[in-house]
Amino acid sequence: MNITVTLPSQLDDYTGAQRHLVLSLPVNTLTLAGVLDALELKFPGLRFRVVDEHQRIRRHIAMFVGETLVHDLTVPVPDGGRIQIVGALSGG
Amino acid sequence: MNKNREPAATTLLIGTKKGAWCLTLGSDRQLRQLTGPMHLGAVVSHYVEDPRRPGYQLMAVGSGHLGPSVFVSTDAGETWRESTQPPAFAPVGSTARAVDHVFWLTPGHASQPDVWYAGTSPQGLFRSNDGGMSWQEVVGLNHLAEFVDWRGGDKDGTPDGPKLHSVIVDPADARHLLIGMSSGGIFESHDEGETWRPLNKGVAMDFYPPKEDGSEYEYGHDPHCVVMHPVHSNRLYHQNHCGIYRMDRDKGETWQRIGDNMPVEIGDIGFPMLVHPRDPETIWVFPMDGSGQWPRTSPQGKPAVYRSHDGGMSWQRLDKGFPVSQAWWTVKRQCMAVDSHDQTGVYLGTTNGQIWGSFDSGDSWQGLAMDLPQIYSVEVAERAE
Repeated sequence: MNITVTLPSQLDDYTGAQRHLVLSLPVNTLTLAGVLDALELKFPGLRFRVVDEHQRIRRHIAMFVGETLVHDLTVPVPDGGRIQIVGALSGG
Repeated sequence: MNKNREPAATTLLIGTKKGAWCLTLGSDRQLRQLTGPMHLGAVVSHYVEDPRRPGYQLMAVGSGHLGPSVFVSTDAGETWRESTQPPAFAPVGSTARAVDHVFWLTPGHASQPDVWYAGTSPQGLFRSNDGGMSWQEVVGLNHLAEFVDWRGGDKDGTPDGPKLHSVIVDPADARHLLIGMSSGGIFESHDEGETWRPLNKGVAMDFYPPKEDGSEYEYGHDPHCVVMHPVHSNRLYHQNHCGIYRMDRDKGETWQRIGDNMPVEIGDIGFPMLVHPRDPETIWVFPMDGSGQWPRTSPQGKPAVYRSHDGGMSWQRLDKGFPVSQAWWTVKRQCMAVDSHDQTGVYLGTTNGQIWGSFDSGDSWQGLAMDLPQIYSVEVAERAE
């Protein structure tokens, strides 16, 4: 399955300023958590920057699956889906 | 005194709300250079050089968005590597706290060259055994059943979160540790963090009602900054939310309020506290206005350092060089530092982004950098050239 990911500038140090990418993932990668695992493999250290030690999305990070703002990592991600990670305005 | 041990260069490691800088002074105390920023845009709560390994530095870095981390440099800040395992809490029972920011960094004992300690917000103590690259919880404290009571609830923290700070490793005993918690109080361990006990006798706690039986609270206090003399380790001082204190461990375990000897119109509230590297009787504080709504500014808008040469029995106001009025800044708890020169250098960083230095033990002051972001920490690194 292919997932399109959009990343914020706040993560440039981890991504080499890559803001858009398409991840080709095994078909069993059905949740946002699985997508983050794949991002961590590609960009080591990224996961803990956006999710805390208890798998909660950090307070000033927002994540969208498609156009839906989501609040936990168990949200399903469909084949061909879009993920956008955003530095929330509340972070200053 | 042996003049030969005078350091050739003194570098101030400066953490700010928006990144970190280094300010280097020559042996003539002239400003050589201001370099930076490093980690521009990130909150740098503490930036510390390892006295055991010149040029080895750790930086507590946070950000509005990305959570807490620690960065390590082996080349005096030229390049940085991020910790592969930053401080993080494991769940304790049904409580799952998350580290908001790493607030404090302390190098370990001279006999343990790869050990570092970190204090976090909310309160937690972490240890690294590999020079800061990976961090583990000090479970003897963080998972202690009493720790929940010691650190208090949401109303007991500082405005930007409750903190564990002033991590002290006794130079005379690697197993002897002290910590301060805002709030919580001062605690110590004699077994390298396995077990802990409160050390708060004699400390005022004006923000809680007196106990009906007249006894003292054992914990729940608000120390702002705790220091141990690096040679005479029986001598402790601390600047508290409720006064300035001293303890002589060889005479007992009760804090003595030496802030009562400060001028009444100034009071004895503040954040930072320093002790002279060789003379345990010489100390410095920077009082702030802790009256009314706690404006946390210099009292009457007239900044001044206060110094004692007799362990706090008497104090001297030192304001030569500072603005004489309408200067409403103050100095946070990590933002005063002292060097090892015979003519002691004292340095402070302010809430409005200024670095001030004194090269005569505080008698007179001069601005060294005036336009940085809000200063969160100032530490001294010295080395021969």
